[in-house]
Amino acid sequence: MERGSEDWVFMAGQQNLVELFEQALLAVDSLEAERLLTAASHAVLPMQLIDEVIAPALERVGEKWERGTAALSQVYMSGRICERLVDKLLPPESPVRTLRPKLAIVVLEDFHFLGKNLVKSALRASGFDPLDWGHATLEELVNRVRTEAIEVLLISTLMLPSALKIKELRAKLDAAGLAVKLVVGGAPFRFDPQLWREVGADACGQNALEAIEIVRGLLKTAENGKAQA
Amino acid sequence: MSAAAMTSLERLQTTMGHQEPDRVPFVISVTMQGARELGLSIQEYYSKAENIVEAQLRMFRKYRHDALNPTFYGALEMEAWGSPTSFRDDGPPNAGPPIVNHFDDIAKLVPPEIGASPRLQEALKAIRLMKSKAGDTIPLLGVVVSPFSAPIMQLGFDLYLQLLFERPELFARLMAVNEEFCVAWANAQLAAGATAIAYVDPASSSTIITREMYLKTGWPVAKRTIARIHGGVATHFASGNCLPILGDVAETGTVAVGVSALEDLATIKAACRGRLTVMGNLNGIAMRHWTPAQAVAEVKTAIAKAGPGGGYVLSDNHGEIPWQVPDEILLTIADAVHTWGRYPLDWIRQEGLA
Repeated sequence: MERGSEDWVFMAGQQNLVELFEQALLAVDSLEAERLLTAASHAVLPMQLIDEVIAPALERVGEKWERGTAALSQVYMSGRICERLVDKLLPPESPVRTLRPKLAIVVLEDFHFLGKNLVKSALRASGFDPLDWGHATLEELVNRVRTEAIEVLLISTLMLPSALKIKELRAKLDAAGLAVKLVVGGAPFRFDPQLWREVGADACGQNALEAIEIVRGLLKTAENGKAQA
Repeated sequence: MSAAAMTSLERLQTTMGHQEPDRVPFVISVTMQGARELGLSIQEYYSKAENIVEAQLRMFRKYRHDALNPTFYGALEMEAWGSPTSFRDDGPPNAGPPIVNHFDDIAKLVPPEIGASPRLQEALKAIRLMKSKAGDTIPLLGVVVSPFSAPIMQLGFDLYLQLLFERPELFARLMAVNEEFCVAWANAQLAAGATAIAYVDPASSSTIITREMYLKTGWPVAKRTIARIHGGVATHFASGNCLPILGDVAETGTVAVGVSALEDLATIKAACRGRLTVMGNLNGIAMRHWTPAQAVAEVKTAIAKAGPGGGYVLSDNHGEIPWQVPDEILLTIADAVHTWGRYPLDWIRQEGLA
């Protein structure tokens, strides 16, 4: 598809726009973030804004968190602002949203929802549509994975005992013949980089962006598998 | 006074005066391990003050460390606010669902009366009993969750962050209520016999908020609250980073700071020297897998980085040792501090670690 002249104008200012948008996110200035996107949305399609402005800006915020130059509150509020903006650009019922793989996200056993909500916002801001199961026990999870045919289950934990419970979950899922991929994250996994393997997870996201990359990777693997079949 | 004859209290006071005591003070955060010591479930263990007193005194002798921890668990405070605690057999008791589910609930919050909470009274009973048995030479560390960090349990973390950024007027109201409770709870523990108070404030850490935000929120709250606590206060960031705010933390009136395993202890010590005593920073999560040799190496590294000159207490980085850490490792850590923590720490230079 050939780009129109408005596209070229957008591309020229895109780098600057990503920087300005990132600054608005770090300052938790939702009005400025919305103003910047609204101005740009006259020139380009919503998906292009998501892919070329929102996602890169969120990525830069995430990189700053990894380097220790941004705080968790900025990452969380950035995701929240972007989630709202993406919902406006791309309503939940939009056919452009990525409905595969079928994702669910959950907190295992405790009531610390920040990590889950942070990853959920980032996924939604990237066009995915995860089911939010809130807080669940081990037994509930096995049933829901089965009945709702979940392909990827993202699990957030804050407490070490909750993280260790994932090992039991994996065993129960395997015993039930459920081939769901488990993606884990949260503080215990940051303090012990080997813990995710110990509990039998398929991958560990050290931050929301890694979680998105993992989901994209799993999607690609599934698509390649289908193409070969 | 002979350096060799120091009591635990003298050892801690000397290091907090930024002088070298006889040995690096060592405070191992054994809490729920008391249940294992007495052969009880964790819930049963926390049901009676007498259990905590008996187990803490036993563990003090067993690990040969320098402070007693009469406090129950963080979620205890939430019981006074009306939220039930959920117990498990393999980890610390956890606060139940948030008590504030809508911002409108904040206007109705009233600080709980210390005297009206049977569970807080049970904790005070543990302090009184422990003090009567321990005497004046072993420090008893009381604990409060900071007014700025309590909303993580009161509202849940995400709703709290929304409040912080989007509803400053309600944030101010919540802090006013929480400060009243925190000051009353800290002073009640001191009156019962606690030697000092750990002010647990992970929400102020640089892991959670920027320094700019800290200066507008957690910092003034800490300054106001600590000024009203009638005893020594040590701030603990419970695994959160704090290097960017150490200069500000020193101005809150706190005398010590509990630091994360994810920050370099030597850099932290350099930033704190002469102003704040550093507590930390053995990685409690990784400790589950340590071999005895590794445990000794970790202790030596920490002492080499932060021990010289005093102003250092060897501890874990979270203020709570996970249930899953083997006893053998805790005993090895204790032995290592007693072997390698004796001042003067000449071995540091001899081994080329200075």
